[in-house]
Amino acid sequence: MSEWWTYTLRDFLLFSPRTYYRLFEIYNAAIWPAQIVAFGLGLTILALLRRATATRARLIAAILAGCWLWVAIAFHATRYATINTAGVYFAWGFGLEAALLIWTGVVRGRLAFERPADLASHAGLWIFLFALAIEPLVGPVLGREWRQVEIFGVAPDPTAVATLGILLLVTGRGRRMLMIIPAIWCAITGATLLAMKAPDAWIPPLAALLAVWLTVRQWRAARRIGRVESSEDARAASP
Amino acid sequence: MPQSRTLSRRTFLASLAAAGASSVLRPASAAAHPVAAAAAPGPFLTRPIPSTGEKLPLVGLGSWITFNVGDDMAARDSCAEVLRAFFQEGGRLIDSSPMYGSSQEVIGYGIHKLNNPPQLFSADKVWISSGARGPEQVEESRRHWGVAHFDLLQVHNLMSWEEHLPKLFAMKAAGRLRYVGVTTSDGRRHDDMERIMRSQPVDFVQFSYNVLDREVEERLLPLARDRRIAVICNRPLRRGDLIRRVERSPLPAWAAEIDCGNWAQILLKFIVSHPAVSCAIPATSRADHVRENVGASYGRLPDEAMRRRIVAHVEKL
Repeated sequence: MSEWWTYTLRDFLLFSPRTYYRLFEIYNAAIWPAQIVAFGLGLTILALLRRATATRARLIAAILAGCWLWVAIAFHATRYATINTAGVYFAWGFGLEAALLIWTGVVRGRLAFERPADLASHAGLWIFLFALAIEPLVGPVLGREWRQVEIFGVAPDPTAVATLGILLLVTGRGRRMLMIIPAIWCAITGATLLAMKAPDAWIPPLAALLAVWLTVRQWRAARRIGRVESSEDARAASP
Repeated sequence: MPQSRTLSRRTFLASLAAAGASSVLRPASAAAHPVAAAAAPGPFLTRPIPSTGEKLPLVGLGSWITFNVGDDMAARDSCAEVLRAFFQEGGRLIDSSPMYGSSQEVIGYGIHKLNNPPQLFSADKVWISSGARGPEQVEESRRHWGVAHFDLLQVHNLMSWEEHLPKLFAMKAAGRLRYVGVTTSDGRRHDDMERIMRSQPVDFVQFSYNVLDREVEERLLPLARDRRIAVICNRPLRRGDLIRRVERSPLPAWAAEIDCGNWAQILLKFIVSHPAVSCAIPATSRADHVRENVGASYGRLPDEAMRRRIVAHVEKL
């Protein structure tokens, strides 16, 4: 792309806000009552989180993977791709995240959940609750139609934000890799909404920034503890 | 879009066309349409394509964003109504691109619904980095439109133009295409555009030109005139930003002197009054706006003094 510095976000917007939100309206009508099932799956995740055994953790990962796969096929590939040539690539990205969740969380059982104890896990729970119950209300509160509502499990934005929240509750390795695609999606959708001058454009990028910052903060704290423990071990081992 | 654009064009008077544009009788379809007939009593202005003399109305129809509505059938029908109004007003040239999402399919849906209006002048683009895959993309575009062949094919944003232009010239020589062109937008790659205009036998060029973006007046427009190349102007209303800029101000009294009943017509007449310009291609998703836009093809055009007055007035707003 020559003279790339002359391009703005708006230059990449292929559709009008009206077309974008109508897409959700038509999509919601076509998949009804999948929204209720998806919301029920969100509540199920919440219930499973209360006492997340290894089996329950696998179940949470499976539910999330199912949601990502649904959005990949039913939304991105089938609907969004009709107005955005990048929709097919988004579908592959969401499909990849579903595969990673299955591989990491279900097959290898690498996702372990603990009751919220630190800032990151508390924030993760609230981010998930926000994506499940509050984020769908933002559009109608801003004046968009109820029929255009975006719901966790079937719409990409609340699904990505909720996943980031759940991953903040995870202990153990593997979660950082699972955060990459949801965080990238939050940046892409934030840019799209910003180009459309949507007042709620800041929500997904802010959720992603918060999740990344909390993860880095948690990781640094763990490294500090690791260093202290190893130096104490060294002191104890010395004659 | 703002409601102030919907002012009546009752002030239209029968008048002479400005230099370079020729007036013809009102299109029969427009006269048959009561709204159109009431809206535009002036002479209908066209300008010849320099390479053939074929006459084109001064206002065409763009499809960037506005026609990319996907599978939304209500929106597709609404776009078909925009096309219906466009043809009823006398419009001909519709411009699209494979880059515009579903726009080509939506245009195809609309013109099929309108029984393939014979006055259609189909202008599309090739937009792919691989020259070898250009013909395949052109064929796919043609299927989307549902036309036997395109009237005009342009290399979109000069992408791989060295590879695409020979293929387009070959299509033209074989009778499968009538005109060949190249496009750019928003002031980009004007040096390359100038080089192509000087070295290649293109029939059309397309670039951005409006009352605030006038860089092309320096080199490209005079060169197009010298080289006898038709000019299509995109971004004529800066994607609606110009309308939003001026709509708060009342229509100047001098608008009547150039037979303009609303701001859109003033802004469009500024563009098409340049003698090197063949047509402007505003995009819209509303039938009432397309009627207003094509209304700029009627009546008197601004002379040089009036053009300067329009610039000065808009720059102050």
